[in-house]
Amino acid sequence: MKTLLQRACWALPLLLCTFPAFADDAPKLDSGDTAWMLSSTALVLLMTIPGLALFYAGMVRKKNVLATMMQSFIITCLVTVVWTVAGYSIAFTNGNAYFGDFSRVMLNGLAENWDKPFILGAGTDGAVTNTIPESVFMMFQMTFAIITPALIAGAFADRLKFSSLCAFIVLWSLFVYSPIAHWVWAPTGWLNGIGVADFAGGTVVHINAGVAGLVCALVLGKRLGYGTDNMAPYNLAFAVIGASLLWVGWFGFNAGSATAANGRAGMAMTVTQIATAAAALSWAAAEWATKGKPSVLGAVSGAVAGLVAITPASGFVLPGGSLAIGAAAGVGCYWASTWLKHLLGYDDSLDAFGVHGIGGIIGALLTGWFAYGPLTADKDHPLGVTIGGLAQVQTQAIAVGATIAYTAVATLVILLVVGAVFGLRVTQEEEREGLDVVLHGEQLG
Amino acid sequence: MKLIMAIIKPFKLDDVREALTPLGVQGLTVSEVKGFGRQKGQTEIYRGAEYHVNFLPKVKIEVVVPDDLADAIIDAIVKSAHTGKIGDGKIFVLDVDRAVRIRTGETNTDAL
Repeated sequence: MKTLLQRACWALPLLLCTFPAFADDAPKLDSGDTAWMLSSTALVLLMTIPGLALFYAGMVRKKNVLATMMQSFIITCLVTVVWTVAGYSIAFTNGNAYFGDFSRVMLNGLAENWDKPFILGAGTDGAVTNTIPESVFMMFQMTFAIITPALIAGAFADRLKFSSLCAFIVLWSLFVYSPIAHWVWAPTGWLNGIGVADFAGGTVVHINAGVAGLVCALVLGKRLGYGTDNMAPYNLAFAVIGASLLWVGWFGFNAGSATAANGRAGMAMTVTQIATAAAALSWAAAEWATKGKPSVLGAVSGAVAGLVAITPASGFVLPGGSLAIGAAAGVGCYWASTWLKHLLGYDDSLDAFGVHGIGGIIGALLTGWFAYGPLTADKDHPLGVTIGGLAQVQTQAIAVGATIAYTAVATLVILLVVGAVFGLRVTQEEEREGLDVVLHGEQLG
Repeated sequence: MKLIMAIIKPFKLDDVREALTPLGVQGLTVSEVKGFGRQKGQTEIYRGAEYHVNFLPKVKIEVVVPDDLADAIIDAIVKSAHTGKIGDGKIFVLDVDRAVRIRTGETNTDAL
């Protein structure tokens, strides 16, 4: 036994000398990073089911509660399949500046690399070496692809046909979500190339979903009885639980976007908490001042607005910046959801645009101002790659504008196509009766 | 026999029940109802959308008692359900022709 050990001790330095390149350069999987990303993935899925499902279902009338929950649930299933078949490939392979290629269709290639560190943009100048396997990266991104179209559901709640919903989601995921994710997050993407700072999806997720929601609300038209009937929420307790689950899950969303368990993830979590609290307080305060009472729905909506706004900024800003971003988002989204919406007269039922669109825009622009350079420092850029200032705000504005323009046009085209094939709205009679029983043959007792 | 029908504020139900049992009330019926009176409705605001709620939730108590107990019971309900604020409710008293206890077939005051 002793001699065996002695031999092993002798052999060890020899082995290290023989393969120095292996010891120093080759990337390795990191169990800590991988564990955190596995957890983050589960947290982000929790945001959609049951988080968003409860948040939205709590705000609709009793006759539409199940149909609203079904939207989040079925979108989770549909996008999982779409992402597997082609969505992931379009978003995260090299392709060109606007669209990935088809090398990962049906997740081709995942099997060969199942236990190897994943290199995003392998073979390009901007290649990013991760310390997690591609399966985990793909799954983490899948949960983002799921929640984004689920957010849009807030705009068409109470009136969209189920068949149209399914068709719309499949097309939207493939032709809107995946390309924009490619622009921003693939090293070859054109917005990535101009240096946009979007840590966890201010443009890709929130502005994208918010603007798509606005287009849906405009194309579908108002709910029957909008402005005259009582459309008070059936059970705001659901909405409070849902928003709280969103808050918790969002730590996976933002801190997970570091794709590692590191200091940047820690800072992302910190600023997420601060901005959310600040936004909940500022929405409630604005409501208290203008309407006389700070509502429960207002406080939780403010929290979601803060989560949205800090999303692009997390990983780039410090606590002071996050306080300002949160406070601005709370007031800004309150204004959009209570004043702008009624001024312009669209019926964004659950404020997908008012909260996600406006919150996303506020967050994306302020990220450019508050970005703290050292968080993005590397050996070539000791002061950081992304440094706050007017130039970065301009870059952010280009990304915001491009996202709004592409999403608006592409969503409109998809709605027109789906409308031509399936029709978009349920009949007036069905809408009065309620989607639960009409679309799903079930209802709450 | 009198049917005493009282519409009261929901949170006063327990107070009323506690006030009635010492007077010999053996049973009563409670329903959750909605309605409006001078209190009118109330305004609810959800993200800027204001809804006027015309019908407020109330509790309706129905109790049938012998004629000689009616005044004491009405007094007890008035005292126990009173807050002095608008919306306290109302009491209606009706004559009752017959009462039957289904289990035994007893009638009128024996059935109460």
